[in-house]
Amino acid sequence: MKPGIKGIAVNTFRESARNKMFYLLVFFGILFALSSKLVSFLTLGDAMKVLKDTGLAAINFFCVLIAVFTGINLVYKEIERKTVFNILSKPVSRDEFIVGKFLGLALTMLTALGAMAVIFFAFVALNGGGFDLGILLYFFMLYLELLVIVAVSLLFSSFTTPILAFIFTVSLYLIGHVMWTYNEFKNYLAIPLWRIFTQALYYLLPNLAKFNIKNEVVLGTALDPWSILFSVLYALAYVLALLALTVLIFRRREFQ
Amino acid sequence: MKALEIKGLKKSFRSNFLIKKFHILKGIDLEVEKGEIYGFLGPNGAGKTTTIKCIMGLLSPDAGEVLIDGEPAATVKARQRIGFLPENPYFYDYLTAREFLLFSASLFNIPEKEARDKVAALIHRVGLSGHEDLKLRKFSKGMIQRLGLAQALVNDPDLLILDEPFSGLDPVGRKDLRTLILSLREQGKTVFFSSHILQDMELMVDRVGIILDGAIRRQGRLSEMIAHSTQYHEVVCDRISEKALARIQANFALRDGQFILTLASDADVNLVVESIIHNSGRILAVHPVKMTLEDIFFSEMTGGSYGVPTSRSNGTGEPRRPATGGKP
Repeated sequence: MKPGIKGIAVNTFRESARNKMFYLLVFFGILFALSSKLVSFLTLGDAMKVLKDTGLAAINFFCVLIAVFTGINLVYKEIERKTVFNILSKPVSRDEFIVGKFLGLALTMLTALGAMAVIFFAFVALNGGGFDLGILLYFFMLYLELLVIVAVSLLFSSFTTPILAFIFTVSLYLIGHVMWTYNEFKNYLAIPLWRIFTQALYYLLPNLAKFNIKNEVVLGTALDPWSILFSVLYALAYVLALLALTVLIFRRREFQ
Repeated sequence: MKALEIKGLKKSFRSNFLIKKFHILKGIDLEVEKGEIYGFLGPNGAGKTTTIKCIMGLLSPDAGEVLIDGEPAATVKARQRIGFLPENPYFYDYLTAREFLLFSASLFNIPEKEARDKVAALIHRVGLSGHEDLKLRKFSKGMIQRLGLAQALVNDPDLLILDEPFSGLDPVGRKDLRTLILSLREQGKTVFFSSHILQDMELMVDRVGIILDGAIRRQGRLSEMIAHSTQYHEVVCDRISEKALARIQANFALRDGQFILTLASDADVNLVVESIIHNSGRILAVHPVKMTLEDIFFSEMTGGSYGVPTSRSNGTGEPRRPATGGKP
């Protein structure tokens, strides 16, 4: 790895790791995941399934919050506070800066998700559940989704303010989980051009629902390995495309 | 080969609504020789920082080129041998001084062991010993400026580009910085720095470039600029009456019992001195008053009108302006 990328990635991770907001969100993620025990008391049916279902949902929610809140500030803050002058005046290209920022945030997310996952596994074991490989796979798929969200927020952060970046990223996140409606919707469109447009959006926007395997994991239904493999490749391709776009935008930026 | 060469540099910005174009740099040409201290002087808004940002690749010029050691400045390779201190620097406040300098060193791919030794030496050199493990959010502006200089030196650069390095420093800090910059020249480094603090610049620079309204108005060796710019001559005398001085027709001021006569032309000096002696006066001193960098700067700013002899009432002790010498 190029020294510039490594240095920036480590520093980005350090920045997140020294942010109180990061710990607060990780803490609440764990707290809500553990509070799934309460929900399992209040609902009928298999308590372990309810515990897993609500616990994983809590971890998912807080991890997405961390990804969005950290991602939208990443580049913007560097530009706003002019710390970027210090980095780009060193032998570091703008491409390396963006890649370093992304890897740093990827490491941050791995740490946050890792901490929540370890505690959740211990919690499930304490409640009589065994080690579930499906849950590990769920965390892996969630991590892929987080990488896509991080790349999206990084893209917006490179050219707009944190508020707008937040709105755009959250909007894409929500849209990304109902992408199937686009496929349905296009069948109701009479004008062919609109149909093509909707189809194009379907392929262009991030299909985050692909990474959600919670129902299969909780209910114990079989997972299609090809579908998982496709999702991994999809995440990699999507992240690379977003990073390339971010780099193109960032190369043209003027720092006044 | 020049350490830094700027040819025909132009830069403009558009307003928010993309209607009006503001031409900030209107064709900058300057050259910095290796091993010299070059002062880039100009008032606020003249285009100093914009020029420096173009050198560092933070802004892309509309036209012209910037060469460092003969290579385009905007390349990663060129930046390997440069140290840069931005104007009003802000660094990561969650890091300590040591962590920040180690991070800076890592961007130059300096091995960790070597980086640690370098950082320790730099912290001492810029006067931050004892503060190396303090978070930067607790640093004063002067300490940040010192740290900024340390990070600019972390790669042992051949060329240092400092944007307003004296800003925010107290007199002690300014003196330390001057000493540091002069020691860098002794090591053979080239220093290019912008400032509007004339006194500091005058004490250090080999050559100076004056930028006004986006163009270099004057450039050259400071010693030559000053040597060729005698403003007027002063004759200091006493034991002579004001009445006698009035007959000489020279402008004068009375200060601490001594008369100070100002003469625009050196040709008048002998005549005036003779007249004073003839009137039983005593000559205490005769000396040419040369232009300071400040005078040169204001002269450029006002289009040459600064320092031109003007008629003034005598004997007030007010700041003087030279007058044509009178006849005895």
